[in-house]
Amino acid sequence: MKSDIILSGVGGQGILSIAATIGMAALENKLYLKQAEVHGMSQRGGAVQSHLRISVNEIASDLIPLGKADLIISVEPMESLRYLPYLSKEGWLVTNTTPFVNIPDYPEMENVISEIEKLPHHIAINADEIAKRVKSPRSSNMVMLGAASPFLDIPYECLENGIKKIFGSKGEKIVNVNIEALKAGRKFAIEHTPVASKR
Amino acid sequence: MEKLLLLGAEAIAQGAIDGGMSGVYAYPGTPSTEITEYVQKNKTAIEKNIHRNWSANEKTAVEAALGMSYAGKRAMACMKHVGLNVAADAFINSAITGVNGGLVVAVADDPSMHSSQNEQDSRFYGKFSMIPMLEPSNQQEAYNMTYEGFELSEKLGVPVLIRFTTRLSHSRAGVQRKEIKNQNQLSYPKDPIQFVLLPFNARKRYNSLLGKQALMEEDAENSKHNIYYEGKDKSLGIIACGIAHNYLIENYPNRDCPYPILKIGQYPMPFSKIEKIVNECEEVLLLEDGYPFVEEQLRGFLNKSKKIKGRLDNTIPRAGELNPDHVAKALGKEVKAGLNIPSLVANRPPELCLGCAHRDVYNALNETMKEHGKQKVFSDIGCYTLGALPPWNAIHSCVDMGASITMAKGAADAGVHPSVAVIGDSTFTHSGMTALLDCVYENTSVTVIIADNATTAMTGGQASHATGRLEEICIGLGVKPEHVKVLTPLPKYHGEMVKILREELVYEGVSVIIPRRECIQTVTKSKKEKKVKTEEII
Ligand SMILES: Cc1ncc(C[n+]2csc(CCOP(=O)(O)OP(=O)(O)O)c2C)c(N)n1
Repeated sequence: MKSDIILSGVGGQGILSIAATIGMAALENKLYLKQAEVHGMSQRGGAVQSHLRISVNEIASDLIPLGKADLIISVEPMESLRYLPYLSKEGWLVTNTTPFVNIPDYPEMENVISEIEKLPHHIAINADEIAKRVKSPRSSNMVMLGAASPFLDIPYECLENGIKKIFGSKGEKIVNVNIEALKAGRKFAIEHTPVASKR
Repeated sequence: MEKLLLLGAEAIAQGAIDGGMSGVYAYPGTPSTEITEYVQKNKTAIEKNIHRNWSANEKTAVEAALGMSYAGKRAMACMKHVGLNVAADAFINSAITGVNGGLVVAVADDPSMHSSQNEQDSRFYGKFSMIPMLEPSNQQEAYNMTYEGFELSEKLGVPVLIRFTTRLSHSRAGVQRKEIKNQNQLSYPKDPIQFVLLPFNARKRYNSLLGKQALMEEDAENSKHNIYYEGKDKSLGIIACGIAHNYLIENYPNRDCPYPILKIGQYPMPFSKIEKIVNECEEVLLLEDGYPFVEEQLRGFLNKSKKIKGRLDNTIPRAGELNPDHVAKALGKEVKAGLNIPSLVANRPPELCLGCAHRDVYNALNETMKEHGKQKVFSDIGCYTLGALPPWNAIHSCVDMGASITMAKGAADAGVHPSVAVIGDSTFTHSGMTALLDCVYENTSVTVIIADNATTAMTGGQASHATGRLEEICIGLGVKPEHVKVLTPLPKYHGEMVKILREELVYEGVSVIIPRRECIQTVTKSKKEKKVKTEEII
């Protein structure tokens, strides 16, 4: 088993929590892991990405080579497209559809969506809305992780355990809010994407 | 001992804690900040009372670490690459004095300039100062090299440089810990004048450093970090330094590279291993995440030896971070990129946060500067540097920490008036105070705006030495108290700020304006922390 994942979004949107959760789950499964993250300048509202690699074998590079990613998980729709050169032909793109507009030349939303829909393997979901619906408005990142969970070769329960470990110090309430968001995202993906439900 | 999931920077911190370090000294700087932050939060470090507060700048950090070494204890100084420029005087001379307790200097380079002004390669400093250097390829090596680095330093009697790059520093992987070593006891150098670099003794010390070169070479030659992997196909030999080795192996997932490989993790460059690969192979490919440091030396000025491939002949791009794709191309392998980035994808540069006080400072400054024509505002490095971008376009320089004030002085000397400097509070105490003293000394007409957000924001909100003492510092340096003005940068005080700026800009002499309002990131963070009262101790 080997999974190369690109996480993307805008600084401050919580992609590192997604990475940390998957990381914990990978550790629980005794898998090798490398996760390159972005710190510093671009965390101030700039484009951020993280390369996350999980494998049963030792991993060499901290960076995923071009065209080799199995999955892009994006908490922002335009940002999901920025990393397409990394996505393999068979790879999946799982993205939030709620834009984060902090630049004057943000493209028309329908054009962004139509670019996403051109891809053979994609799931586009309004994670912000789903997060609000399950009363976890600040957990759209975990909704996205839930939506991508069918594509991870990691048992779903391990992701919940990961959330418990990462948010445990912040109290039970925060843990539950994040788990609800994770569940809701997973449910949406399974209900709306036949392939996801088979996984 | 348990396995931990650590960033490369954190692995260095954990290696130092477990390796018997008594103190870390550092000034924040991406991508090195997480080393010290990790020590600050670490339970063992707290229990053992390991020194872990921030220093005013990199030079004070190296000097304090050297003082701790003088006293027989193990110390580490950490910084980003350009920090070593600031610390260079102390660093180079610490090689001449030598050490007592082990001294490790950990420097993070930033190829591709993800968060920096340049991509200088610290290995040149290691060679320049003639000390051993370690270059980890992964998180485990980062841990091991730091853990063992103190001993190497004590064995050879010189500081040891650990050089690593952004990618390793900010990438996480599992790290196996070793047993915790005790800290050293207090002890004085055997020779009471070891650290006295008066010429008569400096010559002795320098000769002793020269004399140790053979030992350092021998140590590197036999180092477990310099490994020769035999290969059948001698048409090419590959030398891979530090993290470059990972990118090489990535291209041979079954670990079946047909060519001989020399992995370098310890310098001085291992002579006989390099000699072997050069003699044995028809061509040699150099893989380095940084400048062509080894490549240049192998090539020589006349480039008359064997064919050396790398950054200098564009087999690898001359600038920027190395990656597995560059290496694939250099090996003649096909890189199959996915789809192109759709043209509608717009750039998303970093920006000042909504509600950031720097926004209000620039709004007021821009309005006032309209009256004075163009390009008279010098600035510095920090979040406020983002004021160079639209919509403000408010500042016209960002060179090195502290340069805003001294450049404004030079420009004023040349006849620019008003001549304005915008500097952050932490940058001011890092390197701006002596610059202000130069202005006071000559009563130069400059207006210095110290944007005080009570933190070192750009690097993630570390404590700032300036907090609570800025006015006193400025007045102490000789700025007239009536020309030290404190403002509150909020939209509702815009008019007032413009009025004061207008007055001070035309003043013929040194004036300091301190717009003061806490960084909204640290405000939010401390509110959150109060709310959940998490014990962040790991
Ligand atoms: C010599 C050197 N050391 C460290 C850095 C990294 N660095 C860049 S900006 C900055 C902090 C600036 O803090 P401050 O001046 O208070 O401005 P703020 O970001 O809070 O607005 C640091 C540490 C650097 N660029 N150069």
